[in-house]
Amino acid sequence: MTTVTETHEDAQEHGMSDAGYIKIAIILALITALEVSTYYVDFGPLFMPSLLIMMVVKFVMVVSYFMHLKFDSKIFSFLFYTGLGLALFVYFAALATFKFFIA
Amino acid sequence: MADIATHDTDHATDHGHHSSTGLSNNKLAMWLFLGSECLLFGGLISTYMLYRGRVQNGPHPAQIYDIPFTSVSSFVLLMSSLTMVLAVSSAHRKDDSKTNLWLTITALLGATFVGGQVYEFTTFYREGLGFTTSLFGSSFYSLTGFHGVHVSIGVIMLLSLMGIIKKNKITGDKAEVVELIGLYWHFVDVVWIVIFTLVYLIPS
Repeated sequence: MTTVTETHEDAQEHGMSDAGYIKIAIILALITALEVSTYYVDFGPLFMPSLLIMMVVKFVMVVSYFMHLKFDSKIFSFLFYTGLGLALFVYFAALATFKFFIA
Repeated sequence: MADIATHDTDHATDHGHHSSTGLSNNKLAMWLFLGSECLLFGGLISTYMLYRGRVQNGPHPAQIYDIPFTSVSSFVLLMSSLTMVLAVSSAHRKDDSKTNLWLTITALLGATFVGGQVYEFTTFYREGLGFTTSLFGSSFYSLTGFHGVHVSIGVIMLLSLMGIIKKNKITGDKAEVVELIGLYWHFVDVVWIVIFTLVYLIPS
């Protein structure tokens, strides 16, 4: 029983402070502003890769910090990222089946 | 024996049920649910990607999307994630008034996002994009509509949570209940992060 309580308290202790969450939110807002700027500014060949990278960075930041996955048990990460991996597999399999990637 | 049983029941009431791993069953179930939700949205997003160019006689995505408006909506939903995490943080500090304040702001931001989506759908419909107008329309409304329903359910969950916190009806770990609803809310936000980029910002 002590282990259970300690585990719960440890998870809380390894979380972030409110100021830390606000810093993360500011970074996310800045990345969003940069994403929107691609609509107005021509990024050339960097357009698609930069948008995808910014999307992944925002996704990982929210999941890691706001959802506490970075500080919580690895089992939670396994459950979530397994679902996400399967989703990506379904995504690419469906698109490949319909020859989406062939220009 | 009876004492032990009573002690176990009390502990379960105070901290929620935990699995043999020492982790909360409720949290495990929520993460499993969110993992399965990835599959749902993965299917919907891939369907949209396939059909976004099939406009038939209806309007093309680039003709109807209002990027500045959707950008503001995205920002509102992103900031609701911040207020939600601040609500969870307050709940861990057992500060009920601040928890309720942040939950109220989160619900308001969520309702604003849903209102924006209703406005967007109405505008698109007036511009000639109905659900059955084209494959693009069907896949667009299915994807963004499903997401909108998730946000609406999240708002209802937040309002219900505020009600039960005010009436002090949570018998177990209050912070964990707030955290579970927070997980759902953040998930809805990360799905929108993907939709905003793949659907709105990357042209077909």
